[in-house]
Amino acid sequence: MIRHTKNNRLVILLSGLLVVVACVNISLGSVAIPVQEIFNSIVDTPSKSSWHYIITNYRFPKAITAIIAGSGLAISGLLMQTLFRNPLAGPFVLGLSSGASLGVAILILGAGVISGIFSTFLLNPWSLVIASALGSFLVLLAVLAATLKVKDTMAILIIGLMFGSLTGALVAVLSYFSNAEQLQQYIFWSFGSLGNQTWQGISILSLCFVIGLVLSIFSAKSLNALLLGESYAKSMGLKIKKNMLVIIIATSILAGGITAFVGPIAFIGLAVPHLTRQFVKTSNHFVLIPAVALSGAILMLVCDTIAQLPGTVYTLPINAITSVVGAPVVIWLLVRKRKLIF
Amino acid sequence: MAGMAKHSIIRCQDLSIGYQNKKKVAVIASGIDFSITQGTLVSLVGSNGIGKSTLLKSLTAMLPTLSGSLQVDGIEIIDYSPLALATKLSVVLTQTPASKSLTVLELVSLGRQPHTNWMGSLSQNDKEIIYQALEDTDLADLKNKNCFELSDGQLQRVYIARALAQDTPLIVLDEPTTHLDLYHRASIVTLLKRLTQEKNKTILFSTHEIDLAIDISDKMLVMTPQKIIFDSPQNLIEQGTFNLLFPNDLVVFDKKTGRFSVT
Repeated sequence: MIRHTKNNRLVILLSGLLVVVACVNISLGSVAIPVQEIFNSIVDTPSKSSWHYIITNYRFPKAITAIIAGSGLAISGLLMQTLFRNPLAGPFVLGLSSGASLGVAILILGAGVISGIFSTFLLNPWSLVIASALGSFLVLLAVLAATLKVKDTMAILIIGLMFGSLTGALVAVLSYFSNAEQLQQYIFWSFGSLGNQTWQGISILSLCFVIGLVLSIFSAKSLNALLLGESYAKSMGLKIKKNMLVIIIATSILAGGITAFVGPIAFIGLAVPHLTRQFVKTSNHFVLIPAVALSGAILMLVCDTIAQLPGTVYTLPINAITSVVGAPVVIWLLVRKRKLIF
Repeated sequence: MAGMAKHSIIRCQDLSIGYQNKKKVAVIASGIDFSITQGTLVSLVGSNGIGKSTLLKSLTAMLPTLSGSLQVDGIEIIDYSPLALATKLSVVLTQTPASKSLTVLELVSLGRQPHTNWMGSLSQNDKEIIYQALEDTDLADLKNKNCFELSDGQLQRVYIARALAQDTPLIVLDEPTTHLDLYHRASIVTLLKRLTQEKNKTILFSTHEIDLAIDISDKMLVMTPQKIIFDSPQNLIEQGTFNLLFPNDLVVFDKKTGRFSVT
């Protein structure tokens, strides 16, 4: 089938683009490193050891984090847009990021309450991920429970927004009672950052990503059925509750796990699925999931490349760049199409 | 009954339907008795709010029944797994907030879901059934259009084609002619009639177009506040059943013309 090969070609094209963007991302920074050296440092020792040091300890981890964060958030956005049949759904809008923030805030700021050895145990990367994923899972579950009662797609957004404010308020209360050091730690986390990840952190992040991705791919058939709404999906033999739960778990592991490491990152989850639908002319999730994942990774790498302001020593917060890039894109799409295809 | 030539595809005996939660039970209708044989076109009529949708939801297992027996193809509906039921019964619902970016072909192909593997890959047989469904509903030329480009009448045919692709002996439609003009209403019901005759499908649809339903149905289910009556249109006219549908102060049913008129 013609359509099929066209989509395959698109995925290959996107993969190629991802490699190019990744090379550009690694080579640019406060110090420009020739692309040649990147390949050298993978297979061989490069000519300058300082370059090798920068690449393996700083730029590689950051590029991998960007790829995982970009594609993971984009997939979670796609899952939510299909699950809630709402083009405005995304990890940020539905309060998932706030839920994750609350989990992290309780962990970092609440650690002061339980002092001593116990608090260092609490602050290892695993507990950070668990707290964050749990936070977003609970918020998503609450939003879903509310939507099952209120059968209105607009209400979902309002409920998501309310949960966002609620968790924001709880974080504010927690901050009020915590000391300056903890507060600083939390605020730096909430700015969002792709850098400074340890290889241990990256392996936990990758694990979350792989679990989320596998669950998403296994849910692709049910996601396709859900495009017609719950009643139709049920009439086609889908076990609605079980499948929705799997989709929610996948979303929370992706959004929660990524948020734990890189902080709440805006717009990628919302904007990338819409961007991808512009050039992938299908709603089949077996095509959309890989395409959205690759596009998310590419966009995140581009945003990160801009954020590090090549040639200077300054680095802008990644959150600012994703919003600066993401917001006009969504507005432009809306104005050009006069509606979001979904 | 030994002499029954045709196979009964859906059968209700002393069925009660309604809504139930922890606190209370709201019975919408009870004592429902009817049996629909294969290849029959049945229309369900009744005034607004009488419970037509509730009955259809109960018959399609979207709502649990309260008591009594409801059999689909000889087996109690609660004994079916969701997947097994999906091979017996397909639905066309009133417009839901479904994604309209799907193409006609993609939407119709989704009907094959109960028959495909976890990836939903379509075999040659699946594709033949899909193309046949598109042919039967005159959609072959539109198959690559997006659903948001279609008119209401075309979109309704797409959903009927999806039900055909699901390849079930029984199709249940909830008000398939709403929002359509006279010509397209007629085109939908003649399509349904043709499917019962040529494909031996059993089709049950709810409608407010009583005139159209009388003209075309083999059997009718008439929902009145007292009970649900199941019979052929001719018998229902002779028994004056249609006058039980509405309060008699504004509209009356004329037995001679077989039509309602405003007094």
